[in-house]
Amino acid sequence: MAGDILVVAEHSDGAVKRPSLEALTCAAGLAGSLGGSVTALVAGPGAADAASACGAHGAAKVLTLDVDVADTNAWAAAVAGVATEASPALVLFSHTARGKDLAPRVAGKLDRPLASDCTELSVDGGAVVARRPVYAGKALVNVSASGTLLATLRPNAVPATENAAAGETSAADVKAPEKGLGAVLAEIVAAASEKIELTEAAVVVSGGRGLKEAANFNLVEDLAAALGGAVGASRAVVDAGWRPHTEQVGQTGKTVSPNLYIAIAISGAIQHLAGMRTSNYIVAINKDPEAPIFKVADYGIVGDAFEVVPRLTEAVKAAAAAG
Amino acid sequence: MNIVVCIKRVPATDTRIKVGADGTSIDETQVESIISPYDEFAVEAALQLKEAAGAGEVTVVSLGPAETTKELRTCLAMGADKAVLLKDGDAAKRDAQTTAAALAACISGLNADLVLCGKQAVDRDQGQVGTLLAAKLGLPCVTEIKKLEVADGKATVERAGDGGTTETWNVTLPAVLTTTKGLNEPRYAGLKGIMAAKKKPIEEVDAALDDAHITVKSLELPPPRREGRIIGEGPDAVDELMRLLREEAKVL
Ligand SMILES: Cc1cc2nc3c(=O)[nH]c(=O)nc-3n(C[C@H](O)[C@H](O)[C@H](O)COP(=O)(O)OP(=O)(O)OC[C@H]3O[C@@H](n4cnc5c(N)ncnc54)[C@H](O)[C@@H]3O)c2cc1C
Repeated sequence: MAGDILVVAEHSDGAVKRPSLEALTCAAGLAGSLGGSVTALVAGPGAADAASACGAHGAAKVLTLDVDVADTNAWAAAVAGVATEASPALVLFSHTARGKDLAPRVAGKLDRPLASDCTELSVDGGAVVARRPVYAGKALVNVSASGTLLATLRPNAVPATENAAAGETSAADVKAPEKGLGAVLAEIVAAASEKIELTEAAVVVSGGRGLKEAANFNLVEDLAAALGGAVGASRAVVDAGWRPHTEQVGQTGKTVSPNLYIAIAISGAIQHLAGMRTSNYIVAINKDPEAPIFKVADYGIVGDAFEVVPRLTEAVKAAAAAG
Repeated sequence: MNIVVCIKRVPATDTRIKVGADGTSIDETQVESIISPYDEFAVEAALQLKEAAGAGEVTVVSLGPAETTKELRTCLAMGADKAVLLKDGDAAKRDAQTTAAALAACISGLNADLVLCGKQAVDRDQGQVGTLLAAKLGLPCVTEIKKLEVADGKATVERAGDGGTTETWNVTLPAVLTTTKGLNEPRYAGLKGIMAAKKKPIEEVDAALDDAHITVKSLELPPPRREGRIIGEGPDAVDELMRLLREEAKVL
């Protein structure tokens, strides 16, 4: 129906991922204004167990898709099939590693426009308006389309809340309509340790060239571990080979928007700021009081990272121990 | 092997963005342009494949304003063989779908074994054109690859999956692959390359774009951040930082 919303919810073994709970919460708000309802689409092993969390966050209905989620093309075809039947106002994904790969595939199959990496969705005159950063967040555009719009929602942009009015959810199965096209996932190699996805982390601790060598990143890792956060890096240290490319924050790296961003020995070049300036709170530790990072830091400490960071890590650990 | 690379002309990454007079695009006066950085990985990958094979052709295609010949010329100087400019006089008609359609119309006639695109252009940051192009061409697509090997009509590629995982995909060619950082180190065009590029062909075609499917209602600058604040010096400032994180920011 015209005011309905489909949300492609990701989960692992039935535990719905936080970015998807955020997308469901966002969709529930929009559906209210559009006079429609939210249907969650879940796929993969344990999908049935994801239904109650989807319901609690605003889905009136949950469809389980019987597809191999390793085959993104088949997954996209199943989502496109449901969307064609439903002709909703919005098909919403999370801007996660999977979501940003899946959404354009669905857009291609439906030949409908997609607004990527949105930070806000609203309803204006009965149509969905998507607000999204462009030029690495140096500007924002508000876009809309007539007919079904697809969008991916940036993690941490909208808080996930349970919907008190959640009603009954009903589940239904959808069969995969087609097999993938000439691209087969052969192998998945896990990281040495389970990592918090940088773009989804509530706390990000990043280090820069001022740390002088790769080994000194243990300062960053220890603080991140104490805060339960993810590790990020400036391009300078990624290019130097100290850290993997997947950790680069900035215009040509990842865009992060955590609740707390801590920049250690990072100067704050315009390309770095582009990737983290929408963080809720920014802490900067740098020995140069003129470093541009201090212009965006809510809390700046002028000092030597090698002295300040260990002290901060201890204080965080002590606070955690004290409960 | 016949390799096609799609590139986009974008404002340099250190550009200070100003809103244009129309309120829906940026003010492009005094803005320097570059090849979108992710596209450079695609150009480099194509050149490396051609060099390894000792044969083949690399064609660079771009949809953009007439001035895009500057970026195409740089690709030719890096070592690409020829270029096609799909000239588009009306930027307002350019969205991900119309761009993919124009590129597909051109590339379908180029008999490509492999199409490479950057994972996203750093102006509109949409990250869709490669995938949409693959859909229009009916080809398989793997996005954001950081490793690429080609043998016997197949590509083996690696990409970062969820939660720090690395995925390996086997892809039947022809296919569309989008590139990200880590794949290679793009070369600089040397003087010899720059001289050679002057003689290489750039075909210019008028791109007839459909109307955009998505409407930009407005473009605005983000709200300014709170003024930055230095709370202290050296390790002794940590106590005050902890207090502020707990009591003011409430993030602990
Ligand atoms: C096309 C393009 C794309 C780019 N994309 C990105 C991007 O995505 N992300 C990115 O980060 N950059 C990007 N850059 C690079 C960017 O311009 C900067 O060069 C880079 O961010 C600098 O990294 P840095 O802050 O670690 O190093 P530097 O600028 O060298 O800063 C190091 C800082 O450490 C401080 N310091 C030194 N010693 C200490 C100490 N003991 N204690 C405390 N502080 C100390 C110094 O005062 C200095 O401020 C890009 C550049 C270009 C041209």
